[in-house]
Amino acid sequence: MPDYSWPPMDQRKVIGVPTKRRDGIDKSTGRAKYSSDVKPEGTLFGALLTSPYAHAKITSIDTSEAEHMPGVAAVRVILGAGKEVQWEGAEIAVVAATREELANDAVRKIKVQYERLPHLVREDDLSKAGNRAKPAGEQVTGDPDKAFQEADAVIEGTYGIPVITHCCLESHGNTVQFSGDKVNLWPSTQNVSGIGGDLGKSLEVPIANVHTEMQFIGGGFGSKFAADLWGVEAARLSKASGGKPVKIFLDRATELKIAGNRPSAFATIKVGAKKDGTLTAWQSNSWATGGMGGGGMPPIPYVFTGIPNVRLNHTAVAVNAGMARAWRAPNHPQASFLTCAALEDLAAKLRMDPMDLFVKNLGLTAREPVYTRQLQKAAEIMEWKKRWHPRGEGPGPVKEGLGLAINTWGGGGHASQCRTTIHPDGSVMIEIGTQDLGTGTRTIITMVAAETLGLPLGAIGLRIGNSDYPPDGASGGSTTVGGVSPSTRKSTVNAREKLFAVVAPALGTTPDQLVAVDGRIQVKNDPSKSLPWQDACRKLGTNKISEMGENNPRQPGGLMSQGVGGIQMADVSVDTETGLVKMNKFVAVQDCGLIINPKTAESQIHGAAIMGICAALFEERVMDQQTGKYLNADMEFYKLAGIADVGEIVVHLDITPENDKRGVIGLGEPPAIGVIAAISNAVANAIGVRVPHVPLTADRVLEALERRNA
Amino acid sequence: MSAKNNSSPGVSRRGFMRRAGIGGGVLGAGLLDKQAQAARADANKFVGPGEVPVTLKINGKPQTLNLEPRVTLLDALRNHLELTGAKRVCDRATCGACTVILNGKSVYSCTVLAIDAQGKEIQTIEGISNGKPHPVSEAFVNHDAQQCGYCTPGFVMAAKAFLDHNPNPTYEEVKEGLCGNLCRCGTYVGVRQAVLEAAKEMKGGHNA
Repeated sequence: MPDYSWPPMDQRKVIGVPTKRRDGIDKSTGRAKYSSDVKPEGTLFGALLTSPYAHAKITSIDTSEAEHMPGVAAVRVILGAGKEVQWEGAEIAVVAATREELANDAVRKIKVQYERLPHLVREDDLSKAGNRAKPAGEQVTGDPDKAFQEADAVIEGTYGIPVITHCCLESHGNTVQFSGDKVNLWPSTQNVSGIGGDLGKSLEVPIANVHTEMQFIGGGFGSKFAADLWGVEAARLSKASGGKPVKIFLDRATELKIAGNRPSAFATIKVGAKKDGTLTAWQSNSWATGGMGGGGMPPIPYVFTGIPNVRLNHTAVAVNAGMARAWRAPNHPQASFLTCAALEDLAAKLRMDPMDLFVKNLGLTAREPVYTRQLQKAAEIMEWKKRWHPRGEGPGPVKEGLGLAINTWGGGGHASQCRTTIHPDGSVMIEIGTQDLGTGTRTIITMVAAETLGLPLGAIGLRIGNSDYPPDGASGGSTTVGGVSPSTRKSTVNAREKLFAVVAPALGTTPDQLVAVDGRIQVKNDPSKSLPWQDACRKLGTNKISEMGENNPRQPGGLMSQGVGGIQMADVSVDTETGLVKMNKFVAVQDCGLIINPKTAESQIHGAAIMGICAALFEERVMDQQTGKYLNADMEFYKLAGIADVGEIVVHLDITPENDKRGVIGLGEPPAIGVIAAISNAVANAIGVRVPHVPLTADRVLEALERRNA
Repeated sequence: MSAKNNSSPGVSRRGFMRRAGIGGGVLGAGLLDKQAQAARADANKFVGPGEVPVTLKINGKPQTLNLEPRVTLLDALRNHLELTGAKRVCDRATCGACTVILNGKSVYSCTVLAIDAQGKEIQTIEGISNGKPHPVSEAFVNHDAQQCGYCTPGFVMAAKAFLDHNPNPTYEEVKEGLCGNLCRCGTYVGVRQAVLEAAKEMKGGHNA
């Protein structure tokens, strides 16, 4: 078997060099075609009729007027009379028409009568959840009661983090053409190789007949894996319209209501410790919702899993609101917030610097040396020891504060196959049925191929985003880079070995004596015996080399691995007169493996930090129990941070020979985890009191200050 | 002030929204009302319902389409002309992904009716390249000011219009001038650097 291992750090020519993204200019000139930009000849526009109510029974539905509207090609009822809708925005009927305006007109002409049913749309007050609350049962480790009695210090607090939505800028949707038994799908998906199977199953057509193409995707963050109901319905409308393509992309309000969200997490938490800060006991009663499905249980206590005495109770609350989907590091940001906020409150009670409390307890984590190093590094960048002050101290109405948090994530690499073709004219084509979510996947694949073949980046042809190419896993769980880089490495090494075998006789040597560097095939340690790449390839005659490479998640072979930690610190100013929180600086120190492209790796961390700032300061799905409605289902009031809101962001990646030996590890998720906790802790440090619920809006800050002063 | 220079005195909701911030709803209604009245007086006739011929001068080239009067400039570009660089994201003049330049000012094309854009110079992302990528587009690549890229064309257009009016911005002015655009992936760090670099490049006269 050829040696697939990564070249040693000091011998790499391409890997590890900050590299501009391959598709960058296509995006910044508007040439990049997203699936929402694709409109094949004859495309019909689809529009959905959705439920205005959070919980209702449909008593009648009449589509006759809509069917006779000008331009209407097909109308389908999704939920007919007698069916129940469980949340606002649920899909009831769908129309395809020649123009978008006409499709929307026709939707308005569909007459639906509802019998309204009782709903619950809020879960923040568990006492009002009634039979919608499903306790998961108690888990106990050690003897928490005794430990709390013996503790020198005990704190108890309530903390909450609301449901937030993915708010992908390209909404969910697709264009589908279903003609005969063939389906052409242009989706916005994190799963190019797999989505066709999902759609084919629903349509009962052979999956081999479903062809998927997606070159660009405008954000997914965990919410775009399935074919979804609107995909299936677009296909059925296409069939009903004689096989014309049908395009359905959700409008923004519907996107925010039904296309996925992150579960909330609330908890009352009690923590006990010795005088020196050593954690001895944890008790939490947590609850959360993920829509009708209840929502996941955040893994608390987070990272400090070695606390000896623990009592956990978790309750899932089913609410009449859109269902949760995976959201960048599922359950981790919530867990990090609940844990790190409680630990910071404990440090305040002990009059300790929370950094010292964290350091004191790193033995309770799985990565003591990593976190120890990272805390030191982050503190150095933030000047923590010089700048940290006990809670609430500081002159004037604008208070400054520092906060910190911790993260961990797995990663690994998903199953991936890659095909490398070397043509006799020297051109190279790499094909993988993967997708580039904007993480830089295209660039990574190109860099790995260029490194292996000793060619410049521009010499590597690349095809992704098409189900005809060798299959690649869905992009979730930070597994893409760990999947595509090993498969590309193996495939390009295999192709290179084949080329060496053809070229060796001409250079008077054996294949094992050849290397590919600087656009040449040459004899190891003897540059005088070499052939330019193109001359070498010409020896193929009329044959081409076509070689596969596969990443098997269970046999990483040193090319990729998983398991990272990170420390994040926030520096904020809080105006105690207006309640406004301002980000001054954010520091992210992130554990990693082999970094292929430091430029896009840093961008991932910048992005994760900014997403966390959005959630800490602005984002919240606001539900109204009276009407059952999602009150801020638009981008005016479902707020994201703007360019002026994010402060300075400093990223430190732990690029070290030791980490490099672990192979490639994905970075999308871990740095998105601790941001909310770090900012909440910084605000508590600034104003001297915990603002129990995020986002840390002005009203919540002022309310907390009022409580402190009362 | 940078934002002021870059905002339209007329129909641009972008410039207005920027200055008005959170508390501007009441004031906004009044201002928009006046604009609407003025527009009605100008037009002095009703068009539609149903499709009417609409001539749009896009990237220097007049194009006549049959559009219903309710069709936005954004939908005219995307659904009728295959000019898909401008994106539909919020569809309510919040996020800036649909930004185009109208008579030299950046506007949210989702909130301009196509019929109201007649007789005006409409510049889209497709029209600023001039044979080679515009320096703003280049700078976005150099500083990795993009991830998924869906907000990028809007950001590039907003940045171009901003720099056309503010060729020597400070870092603080860049933050203020570009606050009418939103990104979900979190590319603002790169955007700030890219706009400053593009300012330098554009002064070099590469692509005036």
